[in-house]
Amino acid sequence: MSTSEPLVLGIESSCDETGVGIVRGHTLLADALASSVDEHARFGGVVPEVASRAHLQALVPTLHRALDEAGVTLADIDAIAVTAGPGLAGALLVGVAGAKGLALATEKPIYGVNHLAAHVAVDTLEHGPLPEPAIALLVSGGHSSLLRVDDLARGVTPLGATIDDAAGEAFDKVARLLGMPFPGGPPIDRAARDGDPLAITFPRGLTGPKDLVEHRFDFSFSGLKTAVARWVEARERSGEPVPVNDVAASFQNAVCDVLTRKAIDACRTQGIETLVIGGGVAANSRLKAMAAERAAQYGITVRVPRPKLCTDNGAMVAALGAHLVAAGNAPSKLDFAADSAMPLTLVGV
Amino acid sequence: MLVLVLDTATPAVTAALAEVQSSGHAVLAQRATVDGRAHGELLAPQIDALLAEAGVKPRDLAAVVAGVGPGPFTGLRVGLVTAASLTMALNIPAYGVCALDALGLRTAGRALVATDARRREVYWAVYADGSPLTGPAVDKPADVAPRLAEFAVTAAVGEGAAKYADVLGLPAGAALYPEPSAIVELAAQRVRDGAPSEPLTPLYLRRPDAVEPSARKPALSASER
Ligand SMILES: [Zn+2]
Repeated sequence: MSTSEPLVLGIESSCDETGVGIVRGHTLLADALASSVDEHARFGGVVPEVASRAHLQALVPTLHRALDEAGVTLADIDAIAVTAGPGLAGALLVGVAGAKGLALATEKPIYGVNHLAAHVAVDTLEHGPLPEPAIALLVSGGHSSLLRVDDLARGVTPLGATIDDAAGEAFDKVARLLGMPFPGGPPIDRAARDGDPLAITFPRGLTGPKDLVEHRFDFSFSGLKTAVARWVEARERSGEPVPVNDVAASFQNAVCDVLTRKAIDACRTQGIETLVIGGGVAANSRLKAMAAERAAQYGITVRVPRPKLCTDNGAMVAALGAHLVAAGNAPSKLDFAADSAMPLTLVGV
Repeated sequence: MLVLVLDTATPAVTAALAEVQSSGHAVLAQRATVDGRAHGELLAPQIDALLAEAGVKPRDLAAVVAGVGPGPFTGLRVGLVTAASLTMALNIPAYGVCALDALGLRTAGRALVATDARRREVYWAVYADGSPLTGPAVDKPADVAPRLAEFAVTAAVGEGAAKYADVLGLPAGAALYPEPSAIVELAAQRVRDGAPSEPLTPLYLRRPDAVEPSARKPALSASER
């Protein structure tokens, strides 16, 4: 196998996306995806058993699509990577067991990897090797984390995380409140384009002087969500129309303000010049614009992969797998478990 | 023809290597570990050890036969997705067998097969000299009991039958989990015929637990309204 440019197949099944990606080193060859998002929409959130059932159905067809797209066969693959955690336990297990089956059949090494580290690694497919150290902001419906990356092959250092709702969850809940579909990120982003981000001042969680001592790099979005709900309700009760676009823009502005403020603060206090943003919320147009604008003031480079690579996919898992192979990491043993609470300090199992 | 047999429909995480001949079949090696919570950790190493022990390479396999349940979902999916990815990678057919049928195959007369469905329920079916009289179903043991007289059932096997013998009113036989020899026997003719590969559709028998959200809860307290 080529250790500098290994051909790696990655499988992702930690939430509602069944992803199979194939990379050669930092080059993306295929990124096949099957999503069960529509099956969850009427429940307002991902239903774990529905997601697990969908993964089982989708895995083999998605594998075929990825191999066709990349124009390679399983025999050509150097290693198989799979998300071992964190995520929904039953959903993870489908990907992990499927990957083990592939590894057994092909007699190839298998790497059980950390989903969050994979969100960082995927950027290498778009922008090449990641300068280290770097700060990573990972924001999605399932996670909101600020990390320091010194050596991605050995693990990352958590700086902070949400203490209640994930950023994406806040988008979903506010969208529902405003009568928009699930997932809430895209419709809020669209509505916000025609709204005034300064129309309503919503709270910025964990940014007060006292919070900055204990929770400098942590997030809280639960209070913001409640504040939006109270504001909307008070409007409805007074009989006035709800200015949906202004609410969406002001809410989005509050989320992005806190996220970028804390991410830039982490870069500055640690003397780090690279900020990489990943996760579904990284697709938000306001977040990208605000991060770029604020980072530029301090000479910080912001790297955000294209939206399809920000949301959960198999390419990110393959990218991390390729990074670990190139770094000479040992593969996982066949008895590794899917770990729904896999710590960030573990890049692989 | 060498066949890999997988079953994860019960707490017995089972893998076996069998030889299917033009007439008959034989199990060459088998491994089963009873642990209802570790299917994902146990199955692949068991397959690996089984093949190594028998000196068989994965590419020597002609088919995979898998128990499609019914069984607790998470464990069941481990076996099915493993079978699906193995057969995809090896480009060999997969065949499904109902786990209850495998237990029922070795019974005589009218027999109940009941496995543990958790939540105080059993997966069950009734057999007549090894052939199914009813389709697989999931019910409370107390609701299965009255049906047994209807079918003149006199024997019972399976972990569920043992666990709820009192409620079911039948002494349970020794067999708790499906035997690889029975699983391969139920698919042997398909293996010999080179029948088309089958989609391994799990017998869930239950809908996912999911509730649609109710109307929005008010965010303002009563005094603020
Ligand atoms: Zn994610």
